[in-house]
Amino acid sequence: MSPQFAAAYSTSTGEAFQFWVLGTVAVIGALSTVLMRRAVHSALSLAGTMIVLAVFYLANGAYFLGIVQIVVYTGAIMMLFLFVVMLVGVTAADSLTETIKGQRWLALLCGLGFGILLFAGIGNASLSQFDGLATANANGNVEGLATLIFTKYVFAFEITGALLITAAVGAMVLTHRERTERPKTQRELSEQRVREGKHVPPLPAPGVYARHNAVDVQGLLPDGTPSELTVSKTLRDRGQIRDVSSEALNDLRALEQRAEERLERTEIEPANLQRTEEASK
Amino acid sequence: MNPVNYLYLSALLFTIGATGVLIRRNAIVVFMCIELMLNACNLAFVTFSRMHGNLDGQVIAFFTMVVAAAEVVVGLAIIVSLFRSRHSASVDDASLMKL
Amino acid sequence: MENLIALLVAAPLLGAVVLLCGGRRLDAVGHWIGTALSSASFVIGVVLFTDLLGKNAEHRTLMQHLWTWVPVEGFQADVTFRLDQLSMTFVLLITGVGSLIHLYSVGYMEHDERRRRFFGYLNLFLAAMLILVLADNYLLLYVGWEGVGLASYLLIGFWQHKPSAATAAKKAFLVNRVGDMGLSIAIMLMFTTFGTFAFGPVLSHVGDASEGKLTGIALMLLLAACGKSAQVPLQSWLGDAMEGPTPVSALIHAATMVTAGVYLIVRSGAIFNAAPDAQLVVTVVGAVTLLFGAIVGCAKDDIKKALAGSTMSQIGYMVLAAGLGPIGYVFAIMHLVTHGFFKAGLFLGAGSVMHGMNDEVDMRKYGGLRKYMPVTFITFGLGYLAIIGFPGLSGFFSKDKIIEAAFAKGGTEGWILGGAALLGAAITAFYMTRVMLMTFFGEKRWQPDENGHEPHPHESPRTMTIPMIVLAFGSVFAGGIFGIGDRFLHWLEPITGHEEGNSPVSALTVTLATMVVLVVGVGIAWAQYGRRPVPAVAPRGSLLTRAARRDLLQDDFNHVVLVRGGEHLTRSLVYVDHTLVDGVVNGTAASMGGLSGRLRKLQNGYARSYAVSMFGGAAILVAATLLMRAV
Repeated sequence: MSPQFAAAYSTSTGEAFQFWVLGTVAVIGALSTVLMRRAVHSALSLAGTMIVLAVFYLANGAYFLGIVQIVVYTGAIMMLFLFVVMLVGVTAADSLTETIKGQRWLALLCGLGFGILLFAGIGNASLSQFDGLATANANGNVEGLATLIFTKYVFAFEITGALLITAAVGAMVLTHRERTERPKTQRELSEQRVREGKHVPPLPAPGVYARHNAVDVQGLLPDGTPSELTVSKTLRDRGQIRDVSSEALNDLRALEQRAEERLERTEIEPANLQRTEEASK
Repeated sequence: MNPVNYLYLSALLFTIGATGVLIRRNAIVVFMCIELMLNACNLAFVTFSRMHGNLDGQVIAFFTMVVAAAEVVVGLAIIVSLFRSRHSASVDDASLMKL
Repeated sequence: MENLIALLVAAPLLGAVVLLCGGRRLDAVGHWIGTALSSASFVIGVVLFTDLLGKNAEHRTLMQHLWTWVPVEGFQADVTFRLDQLSMTFVLLITGVGSLIHLYSVGYMEHDERRRRFFGYLNLFLAAMLILVLADNYLLLYVGWEGVGLASYLLIGFWQHKPSAATAAKKAFLVNRVGDMGLSIAIMLMFTTFGTFAFGPVLSHVGDASEGKLTGIALMLLLAACGKSAQVPLQSWLGDAMEGPTPVSALIHAATMVTAGVYLIVRSGAIFNAAPDAQLVVTVVGAVTLLFGAIVGCAKDDIKKALAGSTMSQIGYMVLAAGLGPIGYVFAIMHLVTHGFFKAGLFLGAGSVMHGMNDEVDMRKYGGLRKYMPVTFITFGLGYLAIIGFPGLSGFFSKDKIIEAAFAKGGTEGWILGGAALLGAAITAFYMTRVMLMTFFGEKRWQPDENGHEPHPHESPRTMTIPMIVLAFGSVFAGGIFGIGDRFLHWLEPITGHEEGNSPVSALTVTLATMVVLVVGVGIAWAQYGRRPVPAVAPRGSLLTRAARRDLLQDDFNHVVLVRGGEHLTRSLVYVDHTLVDGVVNGTAASMGGLSGRLRKLQNGYARSYAVSMFGGAAILVAATLLMRAV
């Protein structure tokens, strides 16, 4: 990775190699950002693309931007994304089937057309002159940028400050929920439960199965029926409850079967056994 | 290699991002695609900076990043409040155009 | 002297304002105020008349300019009064007969609690009628024209508590409006043709206009005359107008207002002279109406309606004469004046009879009244002799001249018109004799009414008989005064012009023929109503009689053609409106609705759809930019 100080018509072979390899990676990352069903995968792909772009910035003589790209973009903004993804549900996978009629075709058509137009535009433009940043970066890239930002673009720079503050305040306003009353203490809550006569004892614990994350599996009530109450409200809201009631029953039945086999009793049909095995996969 | 290829890459990434905005329903992914578009623009700006031999393009890219950061903050806040009221991050679910 | 002209109008106008705005305080004296002011107008008229008589024929036109009414660049309408021989004649007739009828009304309306208002309306009528005849331009004439229409409406419907009177007033007003439209169109045509409507410029520049335009103007004027003078085809209102008080029928619907049409034609003589086709139409209208009215008059048992038919018929004579051109103008006006006397007298006599007979109008319930009402009998009888053209009386001179003039038209037309006029004279003799016999001769036929009140026929009070006597004098002598030595002809000739036609028959022959048809008409009537008793209930009668009782089906015609036709037209217009117009409107709305329904699908609320539009738009912009660069 050798940054070009003096670029001319043609870049060095190293940079060309780097462009073709990393450019492919960037395109693949972008495509998988669009095509991955899970938001978290998209986020990771995007992060990869951004890192590649950071490398390209560096290759183009924009050292400051390259570092900022990695630190701020990939580091902070993408973390923010991941944070929200986790809030919404990491495992939630989108269905990629289109619901709006013709939307996908229109989108592809527009994208294709737009891309062709852009390519045509770039191809038609007379971009033979490449001055390179040798002179501009002579006193160092950061110093050069700083000179511009604090002289020529100082007003815009101040405005971005206001913009950021506004954005921060706006985000708080949007996400903040005003509490209109004092939160209830535990005592008050228990008194309320008793008064209402609903769920007087604590909510039942989630079902416990050793083979997977038990938090999202409904626990069984004493009569054998699964209860949604055992699962956390967040998971319930996301619809991430794993329906394992039949699985559990089959497991139970398999357990009994094994026990009976061990006790040399044969009452269960082989079909049942097969189904049990399937279900446990 | 001609540095113009950076511009082609930028156009390609931009188009992919734009198409992604159009075909994805998950608001978070839509946002990511927007970020992708912004990054593609930044790449173009940086390339232009190199072409013209001055740093103005880089300054613009820098401002783009700032704006993108602000936009992401507000956009994610919107997604969060949307998710709170609808329990879904799908942009199609907000077709009434209000919370 | 000119300054007195406005006073002619001002006096009755003042009366109208005072009486209509004065309120109940004037109830006791209102009728005398009205009578005094109309008499004052008459006196002023007489003063002006003597003044005119003292001048040479060329200087007998007096003008009084009051103020400029519509001062617009290139167009000016003045309030100017013109007093010449023609308007002087009318002024004397209107104020003279009008004053007499005012006096008569004092007695006739004695028991009516709205008598003050009645006199106010009468004065209003006089003022409007004087404006009509004194106006120096057609626009001011139109003001008077509408004014008399208003007064006529108010007076026909004076007993508005009677639905028949209210309806009759409305009918008269509406039918008159048709004619008024004609007059207004004529005035507009005049303005576009001549650029003015003053009599002088219009009538002296007739030669500048094309004959087609003049015919149009003349026909529109004729339409106006038909409306006001109850000529076919706008005759239907006059019979119903008899719902008004009898003095009104005498003044407005016999002597003065209904003759306004004749005045209009004679006044616009220059236009008619230049439009022979229109003149022919005028004569046809006159001839048809004189027979029409006469036939209707024969069949009516209601004394006032019989007289109304007679009025229609006599005005038909006048219109016929006016249509003959310079041959007949003078005789039209002469007959108009004599008719004003005897027909007013006849109506007042009829009113007197009704006054004595508890407002009974059916002649079949009269009979033998000559013993009970001698004055009424004599004055009515003199009026009767005058109208049938008894030698030496008014009608003899004026009607005979018209018949002569009709023959003098020459050619086939002359024979037809003259024949019609002669036939009309015979029918006139018949129906008037019928009225006379049924009312004053034979046995008494009245019965007690349902309340048991038997009518006690009695002579009317002095205020009613004096006007009748005066009018009877007029009926007897007016014709002689006018006709002997052609005095009236010389008086009016400078205004209307006159020429002798070349009659195929001598004047003596016409007079003799008139006498013969007169005797035949009277004889038939005597045979039918004099020799044998009149049945108290009308016999069924022939088809013609029954049709004539229904005013020769004029109302039925109007109903079938105009009302039904109008309804059908309206219905079809409504249909067109509902299907075509509404169809277009609703169709537009529906297609807009459908289109927006389609367009609304674009607004589906999906942000991604909007984004596609944006992206597509951006692509198009880029394409456009590239194309522009390429070009």
